[in-house]
Amino acid sequence: MSDADRPSPDALLAAARPEGRGKLKVFLGASPGVGKTYAMLEAARLKAREGVDVVVGLVETHGRAETEALLGGLAIVPRKRMDYRGQHIDELDLDAVLARRPQLALVDELAHTNVPGSRHPKRWQDVVELLDAGIDVLTALNIQHIESLNDVVARIIGVRVQETVPDDVFRQADEIEVIDLPPQELIDRLHQGKVYRAGTIGRALDNFFTKPNLTALRELALRTAASRVDDEMLRLMQASALSGPWPTQERVLVCVNESEIAKSLVRAGKRTADRAGIPWIAVTVMTPRHESLPDSARQLTTEALQLAESLGAEVVTLHTDHDVAGEILGFARARNASRLLVGRPRPRLPFGLLREPVADRLLDAATDFEVTIVAGEQRRRPAPVMARPEALGLNWQSIAAGTGGAAIATLIAQPIDMFGLVPPPSLVVIYLVAVLFVGARYGLVPALATSVLCFLAHNFFYTTPRYSFTIQQPEDVVGIVLFLIGALFTGSLAGRLRAQVATMRANQKRTAMLYDFAKKVAARSDLDDVLYAGAFHVAATLECQSLILMPGKSGALEQVQGFPSIVEEIDPRAQAAAQWAYERNEPAGSGTGTLPASPWMFVPLAGTGMIGVVGLQFKDPRRGADPEVRRLVQAVEDQVAVAIERTRIAADLENMRVEAEGEKLRTALLNSLSHDLRTPLVSVIGALSGLTSPDLPDTVRLALVESGLDEAKRLDRYVQNLLDMTRLEYGALKPKMAVVDLREVVGTVRRDLSQVLAGRGIEVDFPRDLPAILADPVLIGQALANVLENAAKYSPAGSTITLSARGASDMLVLNVGDEGPGIPPEEREKVFDLFYRVGDGDRRPSGTGLGLAIVRGFVEAHGGRVKALSGPNGRGTTVALELPLAKEQADGRYPDPRH
Amino acid sequence: MADTRILVIEDEAPIRRFLRIAVESAGFAFSEAERGRLGVEKAATEAPDLVVLDLGLPDMDGKQVISAIREWSQVPILVLSVRDAETEKIAALDAGADDYVTKPFATGELLARMRALVRNRKAPAVERSTIVIGDLSIDLASHVVRVGGSEVKLTRKEFDVLALLARHAGRLVTHRQLLASVWGPAHEEDAHYLRIAIGHIREKLGDDAGNPRFILTEPGVGYRLVD
Repeated sequence: MSDADRPSPDALLAAARPEGRGKLKVFLGASPGVGKTYAMLEAARLKAREGVDVVVGLVETHGRAETEALLGGLAIVPRKRMDYRGQHIDELDLDAVLARRPQLALVDELAHTNVPGSRHPKRWQDVVELLDAGIDVLTALNIQHIESLNDVVARIIGVRVQETVPDDVFRQADEIEVIDLPPQELIDRLHQGKVYRAGTIGRALDNFFTKPNLTALRELALRTAASRVDDEMLRLMQASALSGPWPTQERVLVCVNESEIAKSLVRAGKRTADRAGIPWIAVTVMTPRHESLPDSARQLTTEALQLAESLGAEVVTLHTDHDVAGEILGFARARNASRLLVGRPRPRLPFGLLREPVADRLLDAATDFEVTIVAGEQRRRPAPVMARPEALGLNWQSIAAGTGGAAIATLIAQPIDMFGLVPPPSLVVIYLVAVLFVGARYGLVPALATSVLCFLAHNFFYTTPRYSFTIQQPEDVVGIVLFLIGALFTGSLAGRLRAQVATMRANQKRTAMLYDFAKKVAARSDLDDVLYAGAFHVAATLECQSLILMPGKSGALEQVQGFPSIVEEIDPRAQAAAQWAYERNEPAGSGTGTLPASPWMFVPLAGTGMIGVVGLQFKDPRRGADPEVRRLVQAVEDQVAVAIERTRIAADLENMRVEAEGEKLRTALLNSLSHDLRTPLVSVIGALSGLTSPDLPDTVRLALVESGLDEAKRLDRYVQNLLDMTRLEYGALKPKMAVVDLREVVGTVRRDLSQVLAGRGIEVDFPRDLPAILADPVLIGQALANVLENAAKYSPAGSTITLSARGASDMLVLNVGDEGPGIPPEEREKVFDLFYRVGDGDRRPSGTGLGLAIVRGFVEAHGGRVKALSGPNGRGTTVALELPLAKEQADGRYPDPRH
Repeated sequence: MADTRILVIEDEAPIRRFLRIAVESAGFAFSEAERGRLGVEKAATEAPDLVVLDLGLPDMDGKQVISAIREWSQVPILVLSVRDAETEKIAALDAGADDYVTKPFATGELLARMRALVRNRKAPAVERSTIVIGDLSIDLASHVVRVGGSEVKLTRKEFDVLALLARHAGRLVTHRQLLASVWGPAHEEDAHYLRIAIGHIREKLGDDAGNPRFILTEPGVGYRLVD
């Protein structure tokens, strides 16, 4: 299992949640065979006798009879059989234990590595999940498996332990019981076959169970337990202290680069910070040079930073053009880090004269800091960088570029020399150009290679004696050496320039993408568009395939967008990882500590609440583990989440507005129905019942009949309006267009409304040659009737209603003016809204607020427009209706009726 | 006029009751049917002088009732239709109905329509040589039209249009009937011929379309000369 599968700080933070969490008790031993499992089982039996619901999740008895005897009587959850490369391996059945929900579970060997394909790569992660679920856990651990002690243990026993447990998990144990056994007793037990079955003892004894080893480990275990007690004491004191001005906390700063000892440096940093009881920061500085470093070199930094993260450090990446030391010191001052840990300076490179090792520069400049230089592991050969040519970009391409550069320069120099155009020493300029070109094009190392090759070529071809590497003239020696120096400088400068340009381009590309995304998202209001833009943005920025999953109706995550597309059949492991990431708000899948077998990495997409998850699939899965990439993922995920949330809020607001509007309409309709439908009926029923009484005078009879009839007609118009409105609302309105003479429409309407218009003068001012309109005569008649009815209703008896019409370019404008009180300018648009009525209270004339809304609906269905203006001479109201003219004017096509 | 029998085909009992009062008070004999099939049957057995037909019957489509009656009878048919049903109205007229009244209607309007239809049947307009409406007189034989005593010059087509309206005074004449009769069946769809002719007639008669005295517009359906 690679270091890429270490937990994120988020996971550790989550693990630190105290509320509702199970309690962890660790039985810590110095070595196998001290009796941890035995002690654990005894403790479990005690608990079981007290009535606690105890189950054995997994206990390794290693065939020890006395241990196995203790298992009797305890409930055991069957192990889960996993197939791996044709072997059956039994693992802890995490889901079964979770489903069983005991109060206490026993899980042996905390440092165990799970079979690939399990949910978590490491058993301690299973345990964290059990604790999160509120289950208490008893577990056993040997001292050499604690991550930060890894180096120390390796030095003691000469073997590096691969299975480790992060310190934080150990530190957060609620109780630690050291199972101590003096080394000699352990060795005796071994010889009695109580630890391992006969046959395997000898080798184990030779390699590991030596008295010095066991003594050292025992001491380490006891010291670790003791320092934990110190910690607890300190925490207690701090918690009970009054809040006072604590001195600003110091920090340890560990400077990591792409060196072999980076991880040892990190572990040393952790120990230093722990001993001092202060937080620590792991920092790396990116320079343009890093862009051109090979993956293997960058991987070293990545792994070291991940280790630091898992050991609880704050991880920071700084960027600078060249002054690495200055950047580190600036950062250290800003964060109050007074102790620096750096690796031992590398042996100087052959070209070391060009760059001073950072560690030296730090030592020179960091006068006010405490600088610790860590030597790294002595057993390992301190690998000189030159031994790994690929780390310098020395590959076939650069060698070819260097050779090619020198060859081409020679080919150009040859004819110039042959015709004696310039003296031979001046030909160096051509070689310098070649160096410059290769440097700018292929980077530092090829440029340096070109310098050397050019130096040799010039020496061979153009210094006397020609065609040999010997030099006769002393001035030639000086010249050629100067050339070499000059070429090295030029190549180095050009190479650095190229690296800087590459970094700038990468940065600029990211900025451009972010800008592009922001622009796209700002222009979209539809969630789907935003999601697509988001998926594209993730894919483009991180150079991967992307998915966005959001919970569907059933609550299960569904793919909603993807770039280049949604994945039809997603790996079930990926689906599980996505669900995990969503439920826990933690990254999961490839490159993370949870379900790393998933081909996709999923990061939660969260704004103020969980939105969904973003899935990423890199061509090179290792990229997902790169902290730099992870930080970029975080940034991009934030941007997408903000965009989605913004869209959702906008949509929610719109829904709320529509809902409020709908509510208003419903209320208005109900009021209208209950009031306007009933009022006329009151008159009708009253009038008719009045008529039943005998011997009424004729005048009274007539008056009753007229009032009943008028109200009944009003009711009819109201019902008609309601029907019209319904037809408009449901889009059932299909105008039957015909060429219509507006005068005829006016005539029909006036006849229909003769009762309503009685008492008002009607003035019709139509030109003789009024063009015909293209309209449905019935609908336009209805619209005009509503306008006229309104005009009559709001104007005093005896006043005049004016109808005037004129043809404009392709519209006919009909103005209906009255001499009523008029409409305030700010309400002129609103009168066409459904149920909107001018004025308030009982003073306004009865009405439904439907009439003008229908007018607008009908007129717009004809492609026309309607608006309210101030009346003629500034009094009253003019309603202007614009209606489309009939295109075919019949004149000329009409056979004269005179024939 | 008690010998004039009106058959009402209508499914709504309150409307039948109200129509009976109106019809009988106007001096006609009343007969009713609440279903289309029964109505067609009664139209055959009772030989009414006028059929008043509601288009919205539960058992038969109104048009089917009209076609069924028209197979053997030319009895005038007055259709009762609701508003917003222009298409249905026109379909009924095309199927052979003679006129329509829109529900809800005033009793006076209904009786006027009924009288116009019955009169034409009893005394065909063709037999009358001069038709007088207010100060408008139309001499069908000599083709002379006068308004308030002075003669009005109409073209041949204009006179034909006016004459057709006058022969059916008080009754609806559809666009199609006018066009087919005056311009010939080939011009049934050329509504603009008619629109312009009517415009000219109105102008010459001094009739204002915006406030008509003589020629009434039935929007989208046809024209009617006032009775």
